[in-house]
Amino acid sequence: MDHRPQAWGRPRDDVYGPYDASYLHNNQPKTATQSPIVTGTSVIAIKFKDGVVMAADNLASYGSLARFTDVKRLRPFLSTSVVGFGGDVSDMQFLDRHLNELAIDEAYEAEGCSAGGLGSSAQEPDASPGASKGQLNAANLHKYLTKLMYRRRNSFDPLWNQILVAGFDSASAPFLASVDLRGTAFTSPSLATGYGAMLAQPIMRKYAATEEDAAKLTRDDAVRVVRECMKVLFYRDARSLDRFSLAVVTRDGVDISEDEVLEQQSWAFAERIRGYGTQTV
Amino acid sequence: MTSIGTGYDLANSIFSPDGRNFQVEYAVKAVENGGTSIGIRCKEGVVLAVEKIITSKLLKPNANKRIATVDRHLGIVYSGMIPDGRHFVDRARDEARAWRDTFKTPIATADLASRMGGYMQAYTLYQSVRPFGITAIIGGFDPSTDLPVDGEVGRGPSCGAGGKVPGKTFGGPGLYMIEPSGLYWGYYGAATGKGRQAAKAELEKLDLAGPGGESLTLEQAVKEAARIIYVAHDDNKDKDFELEMTWISGPDGPTKGLHQEVPRALREEAERLAKKALESDDEDEDGKMEE
Repeated sequence: MDHRPQAWGRPRDDVYGPYDASYLHNNQPKTATQSPIVTGTSVIAIKFKDGVVMAADNLASYGSLARFTDVKRLRPFLSTSVVGFGGDVSDMQFLDRHLNELAIDEAYEAEGCSAGGLGSSAQEPDASPGASKGQLNAANLHKYLTKLMYRRRNSFDPLWNQILVAGFDSASAPFLASVDLRGTAFTSPSLATGYGAMLAQPIMRKYAATEEDAAKLTRDDAVRVVRECMKVLFYRDARSLDRFSLAVVTRDGVDISEDEVLEQQSWAFAERIRGYGTQTV
Repeated sequence: MTSIGTGYDLANSIFSPDGRNFQVEYAVKAVENGGTSIGIRCKEGVVLAVEKIITSKLLKPNANKRIATVDRHLGIVYSGMIPDGRHFVDRARDEARAWRDTFKTPIATADLASRMGGYMQAYTLYQSVRPFGITAIIGGFDPSTDLPVDGEVGRGPSCGAGGKVPGKTFGGPGLYMIEPSGLYWGYYGAATGKGRQAAKAELEKLDLAGPGGESLTLEQAVKEAARIIYVAHDDNKDKDFELEMTWISGPDGPTKGLHQEVPRALREEAERLAKKALESDDEDEDGKMEE
């Protein structure tokens, strides 16, 4: 009998040869989240004079399969901001839970019902809701998400999303910015993720190329432009849906409707498309 | 007190021969010196109110809130040692967050009361700690609808959750009071602090338990809460006080299931009525004396 306890209960080396433990030692790099699995496609948003309009369709695709058709990809935050998620849906859920936690903690500090709140929380309960003093506004939220995404990318475990944040900054001006899985952040009067960056962005730029142009747009104009872009995206993006969510952020709060439908579609242009499908000419 | 000098009050983890824990009883004394807190549970929701004694004129009015929110739908008010209460609230918030982490859904009022009751009780067991010098009142409204799951993306199946008994309702308002011993019960109306005797007498008159309890609306409850705090306040002994009130209604009510401060207009109206009711009471008493 072998006197060494570490050899007890193991296959005997003299019978079976030395134990090959190499499979226990993985020398490959960490491979968490190398590609998204269930994905949402474009999110688009445009500023107007009193706020921001954002839209995203209600589809979560599993590869090319239209797997989930009632997915809410626009999330309100503290009724002052909207966050729109493109990319991986499970990472979106993670972020949504995280932001929910953040929003609850924020409310403890800001609303005045705070155990730790001292002088600054002496707000009267009637003070108007919205990005009141001391509460996270959309610009703060975007900064936070940028840091979060960049940190995750640097730990080689990125959250596979491209995110648009809409709301108001600390000067109470409409705010719209994006951050992607690499932590790249930028802002513009109109923004789009995924296919939208190619197909919707040029249309939105016709109406709001600069901040000055955006400040002239009315709410109705902005909503009309966004609907038009959603229609173009549905025509051209094979991972999209004709049902979508539309969010309007104004100083009065967030107005999200999750059952929008694309109306007056016209597929006449499809006949003229050559190079796909079964045509022989 | 009989306990003094017997040695059985020197530590938390020692019973006296007649089965009492004197440290816990001293903690109750600390509560009895604090400003009155009350909670009223009615069909539409819960009202919490506290008599906030103004200890210095240098304190900013309406600042330094005493009623705390936990998660979004729960409120905690307490009488006694305020720092102990602050820590209690911090712990309650941690519990609510941990519940969300685990179950992806908000904590129910009863569950929070249970966890916090256990926490308070743990502070009666060990030499190294002292009991909490507070009695806390926890109010909340658990929604009767299916609870959303944190991070859910779709609407889910249209036919609803299975295993439901027809006609059985879920959720509703909850009010619990936790004492320094860790003891907690659910109440229709709860009062603690200096004016608890007067406040309890007034709460009992409201008939919250009986069929009359159904008829008390949330707004009436707010007005009653204000009146009871004014009744319980002892003008002769104490300085000025501020009335702080919060409420929680169901999803259809004014707060939409959230714990919020009572709007200023309503609070001022309630205070006006409370003062009026007190004055007319005084007149009655004066009248009797003259007779």
